[in-house]
Amino acid sequence: MLILETKDLSFSYGEVPVLTQISFRLHQGSFAALIGANGAGKSTLIKLLLGELPPTSGTIRVLGRDAGSFRGWRKIGYVPQEGLARHADFPASVREIVQANLCAEIGLCRFPGQKHREQVQRALELVGMEEYGRRLIGALSGGQRQRVLLARALVSMPDVLILDEPTSGMDQESAEDFYRLLSRLNGNRGLTILMVSHDVERICGYASQVYCLEHRKMTVLTPEQVLREEGRSSRISKGGEGICGCI
Amino acid sequence: MAVFEYAFMRRAFLVGILLAVIVPCVGVVIVLKRLSMIGDALSHTSLAGVAGGLLLEISPVLGAAAACVGAAFCIEAIRKKLPRYAEMAIAIVMSAGIGLAGVLSGFVHSAASFHSFLFGSIVAISHSELIGVVLVSILVLSVFLLFYKELFYLALDERAAQRSGIPVGAVNSIFTILTAVTISIAARTVGALLVSSMMVIPVACGMQIGKSYRQTVLWSVIFAELFTVSGLLIAYYGQLKPGSTIVLVGVICLLLILTGKTLYVRLRWTNRI
Repeated sequence: MLILETKDLSFSYGEVPVLTQISFRLHQGSFAALIGANGAGKSTLIKLLLGELPPTSGTIRVLGRDAGSFRGWRKIGYVPQEGLARHADFPASVREIVQANLCAEIGLCRFPGQKHREQVQRALELVGMEEYGRRLIGALSGGQRQRVLLARALVSMPDVLILDEPTSGMDQESAEDFYRLLSRLNGNRGLTILMVSHDVERICGYASQVYCLEHRKMTVLTPEQVLREEGRSSRISKGGEGICGCI
Repeated sequence: MAVFEYAFMRRAFLVGILLAVIVPCVGVVIVLKRLSMIGDALSHTSLAGVAGGLLLEISPVLGAAAACVGAAFCIEAIRKKLPRYAEMAIAIVMSAGIGLAGVLSGFVHSAASFHSFLFGSIVAISHSELIGVVLVSILVLSVFLLFYKELFYLALDERAAQRSGIPVGAVNSIFTILTAVTISIAARTVGALLVSSMMVIPVACGMQIGKSYRQTVLWSVIFAELFTVSGLLIAYYGQLKPGSTIVLVGVICLLLILTGKTLYVRLRWTNRI
């Protein structure tokens, strides 16, 4: 089953083209990486896939429906880059933050019940944060906060998880733990994952497909192909340019 | 207590206690959305509505409410056009509101009525105004509780709230009206110049103690009640202006909490060493 699909997708900010004729398919159960230098258009592509920007031309299909008319966005889990950095002093407990994503499921003017509390607990268990439910979000480390955001995305049982550089700002050990956790979710639960990352070597150890954005175009590669060009991939890691087209 | 022998003081306490429940409820969402100055802008604009109400010989509170709702929607509209400059929207509306209030107040014959809205006149609340406050408090509290989880998510992360399926536009509009109504009714009691501090100070105190959003809301209400009741008592026995006294009690309490928290952290740190 196709989870995400773009066909000849182009996008421009005013007169400035950012993405040109991007076509790719993300199948159910896959773990895909999206790499590219800074400014290559990765975040723009993510915004397009999340329906936050309308394409200039081409089509985006989400779970088989045109993104423009798609209404089931809560089936698309999203973990932003340093998502709670701005909210480090927000007076909310971990449990409250995860439960927030169940708002639509609970319904307007209704209150969460036992079923929803159990859902929150399960999501926290999945990311190994079940002991931290009552903690203030600001009292957690950056890595733990990203796990909470992952639990928030998982609580509504999404069909696909889109992550935008979720490990930026984490130390090596926390980042490795986070990747392992994603790999388990993909392997054990069959969760489809699309992850933006600058850490090319690490993501290639987990992803089955690599989408590389360069010069407004996309190339689909295998992790082996990317790793073979190790020198080049290190340039991506440093946010450099001129990688994918050379492979 | 002698203070409760007077009907006007009993009314003042009742109105104060009710407002101390709803003002921080609205205030907590405003503070967490980083729009603390919105209370200032709306309360200043409410003065234009008060002057308009007095000129048209309708209820000044009704005029204030209409002006607040209009101003709140203007802020939302400007904020949507310039999302990165939310403060600018507040400044524009506040300037327009003060300008309009200044011009209209020049035509108001009853200057005393107009000035009573500047610093409030909680002890001059009439029976009909009391009923109005009761009804508005029930309405605001009910809406706040019904949209509790949606307002929380909107304050935390508006984009994520939208993706999760919350009708963000509708909930924001409802909250805008709620804010405007609360500010216009509170302006009559603590005064237009002080209402935003009543929205922010109890929340600032609550945030120092609360270990979750729920606890922060509860502590904010408890602090607001504490400031209102003690402020009214001090004002009565000290012959002071009630609205200003309530706010000053809040400011002193906030300073004490911040000092106490700093000392506590230092003591814990010293003991650990």
